[in-house]
Amino acid sequence: MSPLVRVRDLVVAFGGRPAVRGVSFDVERGQVVALVGESGSGKSVTARSLLGLCGRGAVVEADELAFDGLDLRSLGERQWRGLRGRRVGLVAQDALGSLDPLRRVGAEVAEPLREHRIVDRVRPEVLRLLADAGVPEPEVRERQWSHQLSGGLRQRALIATALAARPELLIADEPTTALDATVQKQVLGLLRAKAAAGTALLLISHDLAVVADLADYVHVMKDGAVVEHGVPADVLTNPRHPYTRALLNAVPTAERRGRGLSGTIPALDQPDRRVPGRELITVTDVVKRYRVRGRPPITAAAGVSFTVRAGETLGIVGESGSGKSTVGRMLLGLVAPDSGAVEFDGVPWSARAGAERRAARRRIQMIYQDPLASFDPRYTGRQIVTEANPDPERVAELLRLVGLAESQVDRPARELSGGQRQRLAIARALAADPAVIVCDEPVSALDVSIQAQVLDVLVDAQRRLGVAYVFISHDLGVVHHIADRVLVMRDGAVVESGSATAVLAEPRHQYTKDLVAAVPGTVLRQAQSVLKPG
Amino acid sequence: MTSLAIKSEPRRVSPAAVRVLRVVAVRLLGAVGVLVGAATATFFLIQAMPGSTTDVLLARTQASPAVRAQVIAEYRLDDSLFTQFFAYLGKLATGDFGTSFVLRRPVWDAIGTQLPRTLELVAATLVLTVVASVVLAVIGAGRRRWARSLFSGVEGLIVAVPPFWLGLVLLGVFSFSLHWFPAIGSSDFSGLVLPAIALAAHPVAVVTRVLREGLLRTLDEPFVLAARARGISEVALRARHVLRHAALPVTSLLGWITGSLIGGAVIIEIVFSRQGVGRLLLSAVQNKDMPLVIGVVLLAATVFVVVNALVDAAAWLLDPRTREH
Repeated sequence: MSPLVRVRDLVVAFGGRPAVRGVSFDVERGQVVALVGESGSGKSVTARSLLGLCGRGAVVEADELAFDGLDLRSLGERQWRGLRGRRVGLVAQDALGSLDPLRRVGAEVAEPLREHRIVDRVRPEVLRLLADAGVPEPEVRERQWSHQLSGGLRQRALIATALAARPELLIADEPTTALDATVQKQVLGLLRAKAAAGTALLLISHDLAVVADLADYVHVMKDGAVVEHGVPADVLTNPRHPYTRALLNAVPTAERRGRGLSGTIPALDQPDRRVPGRELITVTDVVKRYRVRGRPPITAAAGVSFTVRAGETLGIVGESGSGKSTVGRMLLGLVAPDSGAVEFDGVPWSARAGAERRAARRRIQMIYQDPLASFDPRYTGRQIVTEANPDPERVAELLRLVGLAESQVDRPARELSGGQRQRLAIARALAADPAVIVCDEPVSALDVSIQAQVLDVLVDAQRRLGVAYVFISHDLGVVHHIADRVLVMRDGAVVESGSATAVLAEPRHQYTKDLVAAVPGTVLRQAQSVLKPG
Repeated sequence: MTSLAIKSEPRRVSPAAVRVLRVVAVRLLGAVGVLVGAATATFFLIQAMPGSTTDVLLARTQASPAVRAQVIAEYRLDDSLFTQFFAYLGKLATGDFGTSFVLRRPVWDAIGTQLPRTLELVAATLVLTVVASVVLAVIGAGRRRWARSLFSGVEGLIVAVPPFWLGLVLLGVFSFSLHWFPAIGSSDFSGLVLPAIALAAHPVAVVTRVLREGLLRTLDEPFVLAARARGISEVALRARHVLRHAALPVTSLLGWITGSLIGGAVIIEIVFSRQGVGRLLLSAVQNKDMPLVIGVVLLAATVFVVVNALVDAAAWLLDPRTREH
């Protein structure tokens, strides 16, 4: 029997510029095939060519582009519509944005049912689909809007919309990005169950570790072409293409602690000579509750205590709503605790006011997940850093340190890529010569390979300048890689703390154990334990 | 289910109902503030106009000093400005809008006879604005760049044309030359067409542009890709998903437009020799007919307050995200 999907020498160009250059792959019924690569590698466009939705101005050419024997190259709009949703379902990137915020979740799930006339009675089927996708209380959720759902529920609801008309192929574009590890594990389990039930799955991701756990076959894409393909075990243990090796090395894991991830900063492979210095931050029994009218109060911090020493990295891990970001904001004096004290340089924030407070604020900086939101996007990189430090030589030095090229620093910040913006944010934070930088999910929005570069820049800056980091993240792999000590937070309380190696390699608390078990990349870690380091 | 829940917890009012009641109470207080403010501003602005009220009142009669004194006593024009103001405000509070100085009939009565004609014009203009804008925006949004530039060029041109001039051109072409529509003061539907077009031209141009930009912006949203991937047609995509998003900024814009239409009606009613509140207001201002001016201003302010409440209700219905707080 011929494969369900057969693609030979696919080329997709936008205005004469090819985004996909000669890609070939097959998807068998019930098979999980993954396209892996960083943003701009052409993996999403490749997948969307199976839906005829490559976007405005796309020119699609191929020697073969077939779905179940149907030649997709010659389809008219009406025939495409019969295929979309009905035979090929799409779980698009960004679950929050992919559900219409003005329509109830139930209406979104019902849309393909009505469009393709799948069932006579729509509502019971909507409830069944939601329940099937693992959405609890479907009768309640069906009446809600996407903004009222958690990230994991949104992703499940979106999967329900894609599966509603019972397609033979499901395309899942970055289905677990920005989800907490435990939720990510559940969503991957749902997709695996669908594949086991016979739905073919085309999985798109920047994260080789996630993909390897699920896929039967992997295609690694770079600049619009497949550079390597094979079964995951082979690709991971015996990567032939340098790019695949770079992608594998970029995954932050315990095994790669103390070494560079991106291979762009050779100094990181030198031994780490940092020695933690004096106590900079002392947090004593802080409590913070938020009251939202008509709802039970939220406890963001329930008696949290810890210290941060000069030159070290303290990781704070926890899932959404654990209170980790609130604690981060208290360290900067941006949020005052209800009780307890946050001392910076031996003085509590509550005892600082006016000029003294502003001077202290220069010595503790912050980096956010979305750096552009904290820049004036029209300012150039050089102007942004100069605002924090007027010395042009120091500015140039810092921009070099974070790896921004001369050609990039004089362009407006909005023209920079996500990774470049985050480098710029680091340079600006460093420009004030801070003792501490609080990093709140600084790499969560980035591809694994870009994340590797940003993490390397952070580690390099710390070794050179002795700055301490408070590194807040939901990603245990990242925290395990970068942190000296960790706090694990849940519902505003610290459930476990200690050295990163001790807590994350041998967790004692059940919650930490669950978090560690949920980290994707089982296949990758097995492969790395086989591979020789380097 | 609901009745059961109420029985088991007899004193409990749902928090949502409390929230709605609080919002309504705040809005009502705000509305009273707006009305008092409008009456106050108008009262003192009229006083600032040249000429004394007594002269205006007696302008059309050869009054003897005795009559003059009687009029002054009747309207308490010898009291201080503030005494007059508070006396007038007190009367307003009891719902007494007073009597027009010039028309010599109750203000309510004078406005009431003219109001239906103006409301008719404003309503026709609003309907025309919404229908024409949606059609033009949907047509314009799918086009290539040069066509979109053409659309926005035409919109710019229309906004630059004064409505009274447009009214005169429409009259000249469609009434005097082609005889398609009546020229003067016809009270049936055909008499409404040209004035409504003249009054709607600006709003249509503005709303079309906002709506079209909203459509184009929304078509780039990720949920559009997701919806297309479900196999729905482009028409269904626009009707079910995209237009609602594009309509969000338009609702608040329509509130402002409706407010401005009351003022815009003045000019159009005069160009087309229509009866209406606009005409009434113009003559009242010229005659310094204070009770009538304030009456019309309060009417316009009330319309404005009501329309803005409707706009907020529309936003509440259209966008579930605004219902949280």
